[in-house]
Amino acid sequence: MIISTQQLANRIRRHAIHMTSSGKSSHVGSVLSMADIVAVLYGKILRKNPQDPRWPDRDRFLLSKGHAGAGVYAALAESGFMPLEKLRTHYQNGSDLSGHVSHKDVPGVELSTGSLGHGLPVACGMAKAALLDGRTHRVFCVLSDGECDEGSNWEAALFAAHHKLRNLVAIIDYNKIQSLASVAETLALEPFADKWKSFGWEVINVDGHDHSALIAALEPRVGSDRPLVTIAHTIKGKGVSFMEGSVLWHYRSPQGDEFKAALRELEAGEKPDA
Amino acid sequence: MRDCFVAALLEIARQNRRVLLMTGDLGFGVLDSFARELPLQFLNAGVAEQNMTGMAAGLALEGRTVFTYSIANFPTLRCLEQLRNDVCYHEANVKVVAIGGGFSYGALGMSHHATEDIAILRALPGISVHAPCDEVETSAITSLLVTQDGPSYLRLDKSKLAPLQDADEFRPGRLRLLRSGRHAAIMVCGGIAGEAIKAAESLAREGIECAVVSVHTLKPIDAEGVLDIARRYPAVLTLEEHVLSGGLGSIVAEILVDSGIRPRAFARMALPDQYCSVVGTQEYLRAHRGLDALTVANRMKALLSTAC
Repeated sequence: MIISTQQLANRIRRHAIHMTSSGKSSHVGSVLSMADIVAVLYGKILRKNPQDPRWPDRDRFLLSKGHAGAGVYAALAESGFMPLEKLRTHYQNGSDLSGHVSHKDVPGVELSTGSLGHGLPVACGMAKAALLDGRTHRVFCVLSDGECDEGSNWEAALFAAHHKLRNLVAIIDYNKIQSLASVAETLALEPFADKWKSFGWEVINVDGHDHSALIAALEPRVGSDRPLVTIAHTIKGKGVSFMEGSVLWHYRSPQGDEFKAALRELEAGEKPDA
Repeated sequence: MRDCFVAALLEIARQNRRVLLMTGDLGFGVLDSFARELPLQFLNAGVAEQNMTGMAAGLALEGRTVFTYSIANFPTLRCLEQLRNDVCYHEANVKVVAIGGGFSYGALGMSHHATEDIAILRALPGISVHAPCDEVETSAITSLLVTQDGPSYLRLDKSKLAPLQDADEFRPGRLRLLRSGRHAAIMVCGGIAGEAIKAAESLAREGIECAVVSVHTLKPIDAEGVLDIARRYPAVLTLEEHVLSGGLGSIVAEILVDSGIRPRAFARMALPDQYCSVVGTQEYLRAHRGLDALTVANRMKALLSTAC
Protein backbone atom coordinates (compact mmCIF):
# COMPACT_ATOMS: atom_id res chain seq x y z
CA MET A 1 0.00 0.00 0.00
CA ILE A 2 1.36 3.40 -0.92
CA ILE A 3 1.16 5.89 1.92
CA SER A 4 1.60 9.63 1.83
CA THR A 5 4.77 11.30 3.06
CA GLN A 6 2.68 12.74 5.91
CA GLN A 7 1.65 9.24 6.96
CA LEU A 8 5.23 8.04 6.63
CA ALA A 9 6.45 10.89 8.82
CA ASN A 10 3.85 10.07 11.44
CA ARG A 11 4.84 6.40 11.42
CA ILE A 12 8.53 7.29 11.73
CA ARG A 13 7.68 9.41 14.76
CA ARG A 14 5.62 6.66 16.37
CA HIS A 15 8.32 4.07 15.73
CA ALA A 16 10.85 6.47 17.25
CA ILE A 17 8.78 6.80 20.44
CA HIS A 18 8.50 3.01 20.72
CA MET A 19 12.17 2.38 19.91
CA THR A 20 13.64 4.99 22.24
CA SER A 21 11.23 3.99 25.00
CA SER A 22 11.83 0.25 24.90
CA GLY A 23 15.59 0.70 24.56
CA LYS A 24 15.64 3.57 27.09
CA SER A 25 17.74 5.38 24.52
CA SER A 26 18.35 9.08 23.90
CA HIS A 27 17.83 11.39 20.95
CA VAL A 28 14.08 11.08 20.39
CA GLY A 29 13.90 14.86 19.95
CA SER A 30 16.47 14.65 17.15
CA VAL A 31 14.48 11.96 15.33
CA LEU A 32 11.18 13.85 15.61
CA SER A 33 12.91 16.97 14.34
CA MET A 34 14.03 15.35 11.09
CA ALA A 35 11.10 12.94 10.58
CA ASP A 36 9.49 15.05 7.85
CA ILE A 37 12.79 15.40 5.98
CA VAL A 38 13.40 11.65 6.08
CA ALA A 39 9.78 10.88 5.11
CA VAL A 40 9.95 13.19 2.10
CA LEU A 41 13.25 11.65 1.03
CA TYR A 42 12.15 8.02 1.37
CA GLY A 43 8.56 8.65 0.28
CA LYS A 44 9.12 10.94 -2.66
CA ILE A 45 12.67 11.91 -3.56
CA LEU A 46 15.17 9.05 -3.32
CA ARG A 47 15.68 6.63 -6.22
CA LYS A 48 15.71 3.33 -4.35
CA ASN A 49 14.99 -0.36 -4.70
CA PRO A 50 14.26 -2.32 -1.51
CA GLN A 51 14.62 -5.59 -3.46
CA ASP A 52 18.12 -4.58 -4.51
CA PRO A 53 19.53 -2.26 -1.83
CA ARG A 54 22.89 -2.03 -3.66
CA TRP A 55 21.28 -1.12 -7.02
CA PRO A 56 24.05 0.95 -8.67
CA ASP A 57 21.70 3.72 -9.83
CA ARG A 58 20.15 4.30 -6.41
CA ASP A 59 20.47 7.68 -4.80
CA ARG A 60 22.81 7.54 -1.82
CA PHE A 61 21.45 8.67 1.52
CA LEU A 62 23.84 9.32 4.40
CA LEU A 63 22.69 10.25 7.87
CA SER A 64 25.57 12.22 9.27
CA LYS A 65 23.68 12.97 12.50
CA GLY A 66 23.92 9.28 13.30
CA HIS A 67 22.34 9.71 16.75
CA ALA A 68 18.97 9.96 14.99
CA GLY A 69 19.49 6.52 13.46
CA ALA A 70 16.16 5.24 14.78
CA GLY A 71 14.44 7.51 12.25
CA VAL A 72 16.34 5.98 9.34
CA TYR A 73 15.76 2.42 10.52
CA ALA A 74 12.05 3.22 10.74
CA ALA A 75 12.01 4.75 7.23
CA LEU A 76 13.86 1.73 5.83
CA ALA A 77 11.49 -0.73 7.50
CA GLU A 78 8.45 1.22 6.28
CA SER A 79 9.99 1.24 2.77
CA GLY A 80 10.44 -2.53 2.69
CA PHE A 81 14.20 -2.80 3.28
CA MET A 82 13.71 -4.86 6.42
CA PRO A 83 10.80 -6.32 8.36
CA LEU A 84 8.99 -3.90 10.68
CA GLU A 85 9.45 -6.40 13.51
CA LYS A 86 13.21 -5.84 13.37
CA LEU A 87 12.66 -2.35 14.76
CA ARG A 88 11.77 -3.95 18.10
CA THR A 89 15.39 -5.07 18.44
CA HIS A 90 16.71 -1.48 18.33
CA TYR A 91 19.21 -0.83 21.14
CA GLN A 92 18.68 -4.33 22.55
CA ASN A 93 21.39 -6.86 23.41
CA GLY A 94 22.63 -8.68 20.31
CA SER A 95 20.91 -6.37 17.82
CA ASP A 96 22.40 -4.90 14.61
CA LEU A 97 20.35 -1.75 15.13
CA SER A 98 22.69 0.38 17.21
CA GLY A 99 21.68 3.70 18.70
CA HIS A 100 23.86 5.44 16.13
CA VAL A 101 23.14 4.29 12.60
CA SER A 102 25.17 1.28 11.39
CA HIS A 103 25.37 -0.32 7.95
CA LYS A 104 26.45 -3.81 9.01
CA ASP A 105 23.68 -6.25 8.18
CA VAL A 106 21.21 -3.40 7.78
CA PRO A 107 20.19 -3.21 4.10
CA GLY A 108 19.79 0.32 2.84
CA VAL A 109 22.22 2.03 5.21
CA GLU A 110 25.14 3.37 3.17
CA LEU A 111 27.32 4.63 6.00
CA SER A 112 27.70 4.06 9.70
CA THR A 113 28.00 7.29 11.62
CA GLY A 114 27.79 8.44 15.20
CA SER A 115 30.78 10.69 15.54
CA LEU A 116 29.69 13.99 14.03
CA GLY A 117 31.31 15.56 11.00
CA HIS A 118 31.92 12.33 9.09
CA GLY A 119 28.99 12.17 6.67
CA LEU A 120 29.66 15.13 4.40
CA PRO A 121 33.26 14.18 3.50
CA VAL A 122 32.17 10.63 2.62
CA ALA A 123 29.23 12.05 0.65
CA CYS A 124 31.73 14.21 -1.27
CA GLY A 125 33.69 11.08 -2.15
CA MET A 126 30.56 9.31 -3.36
CA ALA A 127 29.42 12.33 -5.36
CA LYS A 128 32.86 12.73 -6.93
CA ALA A 129 32.88 9.03 -7.85
CA ALA A 130 29.47 9.36 -9.53
CA LEU A 131 30.65 12.35 -11.59
CA LEU A 132 33.87 10.59 -12.59
CA ASP A 133 31.84 7.58 -13.72
CA GLY A 134 29.21 9.65 -15.54
CA ARG A 135 26.39 8.32 -13.37
CA THR A 136 23.22 10.29 -12.74
CA HIS A 137 22.29 9.36 -9.18
CA ARG A 138 22.50 11.95 -6.40
CA VAL A 139 24.06 11.86 -2.94
CA PHE A 140 22.02 13.19 0.00
CA CYS A 141 23.49 13.88 3.41
CA VAL A 142 21.48 14.97 6.45
CA LEU A 143 23.43 16.90 9.09
CA SER A 144 22.43 18.39 12.40
CA ASP A 145 23.00 22.03 13.19
CA GLY A 146 25.24 21.36 16.19
CA GLU A 147 27.26 19.08 13.93
CA CYS A 148 28.26 22.11 11.88
CA ASP A 149 30.64 22.98 14.74
CA GLU A 150 32.89 20.23 13.36
CA GLY A 151 35.61 21.61 11.08
CA SER A 152 35.58 18.57 8.81
CA ASN A 153 32.24 19.78 7.38
CA TRP A 154 33.84 23.01 6.28
CA GLU A 155 36.74 21.15 4.68
CA ALA A 156 34.14 19.18 2.73
CA ALA A 157 32.19 22.36 1.92
CA LEU A 158 35.31 23.86 0.33
CA PHE A 159 35.97 20.72 -1.68
CA ALA A 160 32.40 20.27 -2.90
CA ALA A 161 32.17 23.80 -4.25
CA HIS A 162 35.66 23.79 -5.76
CA HIS A 163 34.97 20.50 -7.56
CA LYS A 164 31.42 21.50 -8.57
CA LEU A 165 29.70 18.51 -6.99
CA ARG A 166 26.30 19.38 -8.45
CA ASN A 167 24.96 15.93 -7.55
CA LEU A 168 25.52 16.52 -3.82
CA VAL A 169 22.65 17.65 -1.58
CA ALA A 170 23.26 18.49 2.07
CA ILE A 171 20.21 18.94 4.27
CA ILE A 172 20.66 20.56 7.64
CA ASP A 173 18.13 19.79 10.32
CA TYR A 174 18.26 23.28 11.82
CA ASN A 175 16.24 22.85 15.01
CA LYS A 176 18.48 25.37 16.78
CA ILE A 177 19.02 23.21 19.85
CA GLN A 178 22.11 21.15 20.47
CA SER A 179 23.22 18.86 23.23
CA LEU A 180 23.35 21.18 26.24
CA ALA A 181 21.78 24.43 25.10
CA SER A 182 20.62 26.34 22.06
CA VAL A 183 22.87 26.71 19.03
CA ALA A 184 22.91 30.47 19.55
CA GLU A 185 24.19 30.03 23.11
CA THR A 186 26.71 27.29 22.25
CA LEU A 187 28.46 28.30 19.03
CA ALA A 188 26.35 30.63 16.95
CA LEU A 189 25.97 29.58 13.32
CA GLU A 190 24.26 32.72 12.05
CA PRO A 191 24.43 34.12 9.46
CA PHE A 192 24.19 30.45 8.50
CA ALA A 193 22.92 30.67 4.93
CA ASP A 194 25.51 33.34 4.16
CA LYS A 195 28.28 31.04 5.36
CA TRP A 196 27.28 28.35 2.88
CA LYS A 197 26.77 30.92 0.10
CA SER A 198 30.22 32.31 0.71
CA PHE A 199 31.62 28.79 0.42
CA GLY A 200 30.08 28.59 -3.06
CA TRP A 201 27.00 26.49 -2.36
CA GLU A 202 23.49 27.01 -3.62
CA VAL A 203 21.33 27.57 -0.53
CA ILE A 204 17.62 26.99 -0.05
CA ASN A 205 15.95 27.88 3.23
CA VAL A 206 12.85 25.83 3.82
CA ASP A 207 10.34 24.99 6.53
CA GLY A 208 11.54 21.52 7.45
CA HIS A 209 8.05 20.37 8.37
CA ASP A 210 6.36 21.57 5.15
CA HIS A 211 6.37 18.58 2.83
CA SER A 212 5.48 20.49 -0.34
CA ALA A 213 8.27 22.95 0.32
CA LEU A 214 10.74 20.15 1.07
CA ILE A 215 9.77 18.31 -2.12
CA ALA A 216 10.19 21.47 -4.17
CA ALA A 217 13.61 22.06 -2.61
CA LEU A 218 14.86 18.52 -3.13
CA GLU A 219 13.60 17.74 -6.65
CA PRO A 220 16.41 17.30 -9.19
CA ARG A 221 17.81 20.61 -10.35
CA VAL A 222 18.85 21.51 -13.85
CA GLY A 223 21.51 23.91 -14.94
CA SER A 224 23.39 24.32 -11.66
CA ASP A 225 26.96 23.23 -11.24
CA ARG A 226 27.00 23.91 -7.51
CA PRO A 227 26.32 21.64 -4.56
CA LEU A 228 23.03 22.33 -2.80
CA VAL A 229 22.43 22.86 0.88
CA THR A 230 18.87 22.86 2.09
CA ILE A 231 18.66 24.55 5.46
CA ALA A 232 15.56 22.98 6.91
CA HIS A 233 14.17 25.06 9.76
CA THR A 234 12.71 22.57 12.19
CA ILE A 235 11.45 22.21 15.72
CA LYS A 236 13.24 19.75 17.96
CA GLY A 237 10.79 17.15 19.22
CA LYS A 238 8.23 18.13 16.53
CA GLY A 239 4.89 16.35 16.84
CA VAL A 240 4.85 15.81 20.60
CA SER A 241 3.83 19.03 22.34
CA PHE A 242 5.81 18.56 25.54
CA MET A 243 8.98 17.64 23.64
CA GLU A 244 8.90 20.52 21.18
CA GLY A 245 11.68 23.05 21.50
CA SER A 246 13.09 21.39 24.60
CA VAL A 247 16.76 20.65 25.27
CA LEU A 248 15.62 17.99 27.73
CA TRP A 249 14.50 15.61 24.99
CA HIS A 250 17.88 15.41 23.34
CA TYR A 251 18.79 12.81 25.96
CA ARG A 252 15.59 11.89 27.83
CA SER A 253 13.84 8.66 26.94
CA PRO A 254 10.02 8.57 26.98
CA GLN A 255 8.78 6.27 29.74
CA GLY A 256 5.47 5.59 31.51
CA ASP A 257 2.91 8.35 31.21
CA GLU A 258 5.18 10.39 28.94
CA PHE A 259 5.43 7.46 26.55
CA LYS A 260 1.64 7.02 26.48
CA ALA A 261 0.98 10.74 26.09
CA ALA A 262 3.48 11.03 23.21
CA LEU A 263 1.88 8.14 21.34
CA ARG A 264 -1.64 9.49 21.97
CA GLU A 265 -0.70 12.83 20.45
CA LEU A 266 0.90 11.24 17.41
CA GLU A 267 -2.00 8.85 16.83
CA ALA A 268 -4.42 11.76 17.03
CA GLY A 269 -2.24 13.69 14.63
CA GLU A 270 -2.18 11.08 11.87
CA LYS A 271 -3.86 12.37 8.75
CA PRO A 272 -4.67 9.38 6.51
CA ASP A 273 -5.77 11.54 3.61
CA ALA A 274 -3.03 14.11 3.77
CA MET B 1 61.42 5.05 -1.27
CA ARG B 2 59.02 7.88 -2.07
CA ASP B 3 60.03 8.11 -5.72
CA CYS B 4 59.97 4.35 -5.99
CA PHE B 5 56.42 4.27 -4.58
CA VAL B 6 55.20 6.95 -6.99
CA ALA B 7 56.80 5.21 -9.97
CA ALA B 8 55.29 1.88 -8.98
CA LEU B 9 51.86 3.40 -8.44
CA LEU B 10 51.96 5.25 -11.76
CA GLU B 11 52.74 2.01 -13.55
CA ILE B 12 49.84 0.26 -11.82
CA ALA B 13 47.42 3.15 -12.32
CA ARG B 14 48.10 3.20 -16.06
CA GLN B 15 46.73 -0.34 -16.22
CA ASN B 16 44.06 0.00 -13.57
CA ARG B 17 41.80 3.00 -14.03
CA ARG B 18 40.06 2.38 -10.71
CA VAL B 19 43.22 3.37 -8.83
CA LEU B 20 43.09 6.95 -7.56
CA LEU B 21 45.78 8.95 -5.78
CA MET B 22 44.78 11.71 -3.34
CA THR B 23 47.23 14.07 -1.70
CA GLY B 24 46.79 16.44 1.21
CA ASP B 25 48.57 19.17 -0.76
CA LEU B 26 52.00 17.60 -0.33
CA GLY B 27 54.43 15.98 -2.74
CA PHE B 28 55.89 19.05 -4.46
CA GLY B 29 57.66 17.97 -7.62
CA VAL B 30 57.06 14.30 -6.84
CA LEU B 31 53.48 13.76 -7.92
CA ASP B 32 53.59 16.00 -11.00
CA SER B 33 54.15 13.22 -13.50
CA PHE B 34 51.27 11.20 -12.06
CA ALA B 35 48.95 14.22 -12.02
CA ARG B 36 49.89 15.23 -15.56
CA GLU B 37 49.54 11.79 -17.08
CA LEU B 38 46.47 10.59 -15.18
CA PRO B 39 44.48 13.71 -14.23
CA LEU B 40 41.26 11.75 -13.72
CA GLN B 41 43.02 9.50 -11.22
CA PHE B 42 44.57 12.27 -9.16
CA LEU B 43 43.00 14.59 -6.61
CA ASN B 44 44.61 17.24 -4.45
CA ALA B 45 42.28 17.45 -1.45
CA GLY B 46 44.01 20.53 -0.10
CA VAL B 47 45.30 20.86 3.44
CA ALA B 48 42.31 18.97 4.78
CA GLU B 49 43.18 15.45 5.88
CA GLN B 50 39.86 14.70 7.57
CA ASN B 51 37.96 15.44 4.39
CA MET B 52 40.58 13.65 2.28
CA THR B 53 40.21 10.48 4.33
CA GLY B 54 36.42 10.60 4.53
CA MET B 55 36.27 11.22 0.79
CA ALA B 56 38.67 8.37 0.17
CA ALA B 57 36.24 6.11 2.02
CA GLY B 58 33.36 7.40 -0.11
CA LEU B 59 35.29 6.89 -3.35
CA ALA B 60 36.36 3.42 -2.22
CA LEU B 61 32.80 2.42 -1.29
CA GLU B 62 31.93 3.33 -4.89
CA GLY B 63 34.48 0.89 -6.27
CA ARG B 64 37.81 2.68 -6.37
CA THR B 65 41.14 1.79 -4.78
CA VAL B 66 42.23 5.03 -3.21
CA PHE B 67 45.73 5.95 -2.02
CA THR B 68 45.86 8.89 0.39
CA TYR B 69 49.28 10.50 0.44
CA SER B 70 50.86 12.94 2.84
CA ILE B 71 53.82 13.24 5.16
CA ALA B 72 54.60 12.37 8.77
CA ASN B 73 51.47 12.15 10.97
CA PHE B 74 49.10 14.06 8.70
CA PRO B 75 47.44 11.16 6.82
CA THR B 76 47.25 9.01 9.97
CA LEU B 77 46.87 10.77 13.30
CA ARG B 78 45.28 14.01 12.08
CA CYS B 79 42.38 12.01 10.65
CA LEU B 80 42.57 8.95 12.87
CA GLU B 81 38.84 8.80 13.53
CA GLN B 82 38.06 8.98 9.80
CA LEU B 83 40.44 6.05 9.38
CA ARG B 84 38.75 4.16 12.18
CA ASN B 85 35.07 4.84 11.46
CA ASP B 86 34.88 5.57 7.75
CA VAL B 87 37.70 3.44 6.37
CA CYS B 88 38.26 0.49 8.70
CA TYR B 89 34.70 -0.10 9.94
CA HIS B 90 33.53 -0.03 6.31
CA GLU B 91 36.45 -2.21 5.14
CA ALA B 92 37.03 0.40 2.45
CA ASN B 93 39.80 0.02 -0.09
CA VAL B 94 41.83 2.92 1.18
CA LYS B 95 45.61 2.73 1.30
CA VAL B 96 47.19 5.34 3.54
CA VAL B 97 50.70 6.32 2.55
CA ALA B 98 52.85 8.36 4.92
CA ILE B 99 56.14 9.68 3.64
CA GLY B 100 58.68 10.30 6.36
CA GLY B 101 58.51 7.46 8.85
CA GLY B 102 60.46 7.91 12.10
CA PHE B 103 62.95 10.79 12.01
CA SER B 104 62.95 11.19 8.20
CA TYR B 105 62.00 14.84 8.74
CA GLY B 106 64.11 15.07 11.87
CA ALA B 107 65.16 18.70 11.48
CA LEU B 108 61.56 19.86 10.99
CA GLY B 109 60.79 19.16 14.62
CA MET B 110 58.51 17.07 16.77
CA SER B 111 55.35 17.70 14.71
CA HIS B 112 57.06 15.92 11.80
CA HIS B 113 58.49 12.97 13.75
CA ALA B 114 56.31 9.95 12.90
CA THR B 115 57.22 7.80 15.84
CA GLU B 116 53.96 6.38 17.25
CA ASP B 117 52.15 5.56 14.01
CA ILE B 118 52.70 1.79 13.90
CA ALA B 119 51.37 1.24 17.41
CA ILE B 120 48.31 3.40 16.81
CA LEU B 121 47.47 2.16 13.32
CA ARG B 122 47.92 -1.51 14.09
CA ALA B 123 45.28 -1.28 16.81
CA LEU B 124 42.63 -0.58 14.15
CA PRO B 125 40.84 -3.81 13.23
CA GLY B 126 41.18 -4.89 9.61
CA ILE B 127 44.07 -2.68 8.48
CA SER B 128 47.36 -4.07 7.23
CA VAL B 129 50.54 -2.26 8.27
CA HIS B 130 53.71 -2.16 6.19
CA ALA B 131 57.11 -0.55 6.72
CA PRO B 132 59.45 -1.51 3.86
CA CYS B 133 63.20 -1.10 4.20
CA ASP B 134 64.21 -0.75 0.57
CA GLU B 135 62.97 -0.20 -2.96
CA VAL B 136 62.38 -3.90 -3.59
CA GLU B 137 59.91 -4.06 -0.73
CA THR B 138 58.37 -0.65 -1.47
CA SER B 139 57.54 -1.49 -5.03
CA ALA B 140 56.34 -5.03 -4.24
CA ILE B 141 54.10 -3.85 -1.39
CA THR B 142 52.64 -1.06 -3.52
CA SER B 143 51.56 -3.66 -6.10
CA LEU B 144 50.30 -5.94 -3.38
CA LEU B 145 48.09 -3.26 -1.83
CA VAL B 146 46.17 -2.87 -5.07
CA THR B 147 45.34 -6.57 -5.25
CA GLN B 148 44.48 -6.89 -1.57
CA ASP B 149 41.01 -5.79 -0.47
CA GLY B 150 40.56 -3.49 2.51
CA PRO B 151 42.50 -0.78 4.30
CA SER B 152 46.28 -0.62 4.50
CA TYR B 153 48.94 1.63 5.91
CA LEU B 154 52.26 2.07 4.13
CA ARG B 155 55.01 3.82 6.10
CA LEU B 156 57.83 5.07 3.90
CA ASP B 157 61.19 6.30 5.11
CA LYS B 158 63.48 8.86 3.64
CA SER B 159 66.40 6.52 4.30
CA LYS B 160 66.58 3.26 2.46
CA LEU B 161 68.79 0.28 2.30
CA ALA B 162 71.29 0.10 -0.55
CA PRO B 163 70.72 -2.93 -2.79
CA LEU B 164 72.00 -6.11 -1.14
CA GLN B 165 73.50 -9.01 -3.07
CA ASP B 166 72.44 -11.75 -0.71
CA ALA B 167 69.00 -10.61 0.41
CA ASP B 168 66.12 -12.99 -0.09
CA GLU B 169 63.45 -12.23 -2.61
CA PHE B 170 60.32 -10.48 -1.39
CA ARG B 171 57.49 -12.83 -0.48
CA PRO B 172 54.14 -11.27 0.48
CA GLY B 173 53.54 -11.35 4.21
CA ARG B 174 56.73 -13.29 4.99
CA LEU B 175 59.80 -12.13 6.85
CA ARG B 176 62.67 -11.35 4.48
CA LEU B 177 66.22 -12.32 5.27
CA LEU B 178 68.50 -9.43 4.35
CA ARG B 179 71.73 -10.95 5.62
CA SER B 180 72.37 -14.38 7.00
CA GLY B 181 74.24 -15.28 10.18
CA ARG B 182 74.25 -18.09 12.70
CA HIS B 183 74.95 -16.53 16.10
CA ALA B 184 72.21 -13.94 16.50
CA ALA B 185 69.45 -12.12 14.63
CA ILE B 186 68.21 -8.55 14.38
CA MET B 187 64.59 -8.12 13.37
CA VAL B 188 64.00 -4.67 11.93
CA CYS B 189 61.40 -2.64 10.05
CA GLY B 190 61.86 0.38 7.80
CA GLY B 191 64.94 2.19 6.55
CA ILE B 192 66.72 1.79 9.87
CA ALA B 193 67.53 -1.68 8.52
CA GLY B 194 70.60 0.13 7.17
CA GLU B 195 71.88 0.56 10.74
CA ALA B 196 71.22 -3.13 11.42
CA ILE B 197 73.23 -4.14 8.36
CA LYS B 198 76.13 -1.88 9.39
CA ALA B 199 75.98 -3.31 12.91
CA ALA B 200 76.05 -6.86 11.49
CA GLU B 201 79.03 -5.96 9.31
CA SER B 202 80.96 -4.64 12.30
CA LEU B 203 80.01 -7.68 14.41
CA ALA B 204 81.24 -9.92 11.58
CA ARG B 205 84.66 -8.31 11.87
CA GLU B 206 84.68 -9.56 15.46
CA GLY B 207 83.61 -13.05 14.44
CA ILE B 208 79.94 -12.69 15.31
CA GLU B 209 77.66 -13.75 12.47
CA CYS B 210 74.44 -11.81 12.90
CA ALA B 211 71.44 -12.29 10.66
CA VAL B 212 69.25 -9.31 9.71
CA VAL B 213 65.59 -9.86 8.98
CA SER B 214 63.20 -7.30 7.55
CA VAL B 215 59.70 -7.30 9.01
CA HIS B 216 58.19 -5.28 6.17
CA THR B 217 54.66 -6.38 7.07
CA LEU B 218 53.85 -5.74 10.72
CA LYS B 219 50.20 -6.65 10.43
CA PRO B 220 49.30 -9.33 9.71
CA ILE B 221 52.67 -10.43 11.05
CA ASP B 222 54.41 -13.58 9.85
CA ALA B 223 54.13 -15.20 13.31
CA GLU B 224 55.55 -18.53 12.14
CA GLY B 225 58.55 -16.69 10.73
CA VAL B 226 59.08 -14.91 14.05
CA LEU B 227 58.91 -18.18 15.98
CA ASP B 228 61.32 -19.76 13.55
CA ILE B 229 63.83 -16.98 14.29
CA ALA B 230 63.23 -17.40 18.05
CA ARG B 231 63.95 -21.14 17.82
CA ARG B 232 66.96 -20.80 15.60
CA TYR B 233 68.95 -18.01 17.28
CA PRO B 234 70.08 -17.78 20.91
CA ALA B 235 69.97 -13.97 20.84
CA VAL B 236 67.33 -11.88 19.08
CA LEU B 237 67.15 -8.09 18.99
CA THR B 238 64.38 -5.96 17.54
CA LEU B 239 65.19 -2.53 16.12
CA GLU B 240 62.76 0.17 15.07
CA GLU B 241 62.59 3.94 14.62
CA HIS B 242 59.40 4.09 16.65
CA VAL B 243 58.46 4.28 20.32
CA LEU B 244 58.92 1.18 22.41
CA SER B 245 55.25 0.73 23.17
CA GLY B 246 53.26 -1.03 20.52
CA GLY B 247 55.74 -1.25 17.65
CA LEU B 248 57.80 -4.06 16.16
CA GLY B 249 59.39 -5.07 19.46
CA SER B 250 56.00 -5.26 21.14
CA ILE B 251 54.55 -7.30 18.30
CA VAL B 252 57.42 -9.80 18.44
CA ALA B 253 57.28 -9.96 22.25
CA GLU B 254 53.54 -10.66 22.13
CA ILE B 255 54.11 -13.57 19.77
CA LEU B 256 56.87 -14.99 21.97
CA VAL B 257 54.84 -14.71 25.16
CA ASP B 258 51.70 -16.14 23.56
CA SER B 259 53.59 -19.12 22.13
CA GLY B 260 55.80 -19.82 25.13
CA ILE B 261 58.78 -20.00 22.79
CA ARG B 262 61.60 -17.57 23.31
CA PRO B 263 65.26 -17.27 22.50
CA ARG B 264 67.74 -17.42 25.37
CA ALA B 265 68.21 -13.67 25.11
CA PHE B 266 65.80 -11.12 23.70
CA ALA B 267 65.86 -7.31 23.72
CA ARG B 268 64.04 -4.45 22.06
CA MET B 269 65.69 -1.30 20.77
CA ALA B 270 63.30 1.55 20.12
CA LEU B 271 62.60 5.15 21.08
CA PRO B 272 61.88 6.04 24.70
CA ASP B 273 58.50 7.20 25.97
CA GLN B 274 59.44 10.80 25.38
CA TYR B 275 59.10 13.34 22.57
CA CYS B 276 62.29 14.48 20.91
CA SER B 277 62.78 18.24 21.08
CA VAL B 278 66.27 18.00 19.64
CA VAL B 279 66.40 18.29 15.87
CA GLY B 280 68.80 16.98 13.28
CA THR B 281 69.14 14.65 10.33
CA GLN B 282 67.67 11.19 10.51
CA GLU B 283 71.15 9.77 11.01
CA TYR B 284 71.93 12.29 13.75
CA LEU B 285 68.71 11.63 15.67
CA ARG B 286 69.17 7.88 15.46
CA ALA B 287 72.54 8.26 17.13
CA HIS B 288 71.13 10.79 19.58
CA ARG B 289 68.53 8.24 20.64
CA GLY B 290 70.93 5.28 20.63
CA LEU B 291 69.62 3.56 17.53
CA ASP B 292 72.76 3.85 15.39
CA ALA B 293 74.85 0.93 14.11
CA LEU B 294 77.52 1.24 16.82
CA THR B 295 75.02 1.18 19.68
CA VAL B 296 73.14 -1.69 18.05
CA ALA B 297 76.35 -3.71 17.70
CA ASN B 298 77.29 -3.08 21.34
CA ARG B 299 73.81 -4.00 22.50
CA MET B 300 73.97 -7.24 20.55
CA LYS B 301 77.33 -8.14 22.10
CA ALA B 302 75.90 -7.53 25.57
CA LEU B 303 72.86 -9.59 24.70
CA LEU B 304 74.98 -12.45 23.40
CA SER B 305 76.96 -12.46 26.63
CA THR B 306 73.73 -13.16 28.54
CA ALA B 307 72.70 -15.87 26.08
CA CYS B 308 75.74 -18.05 26.63
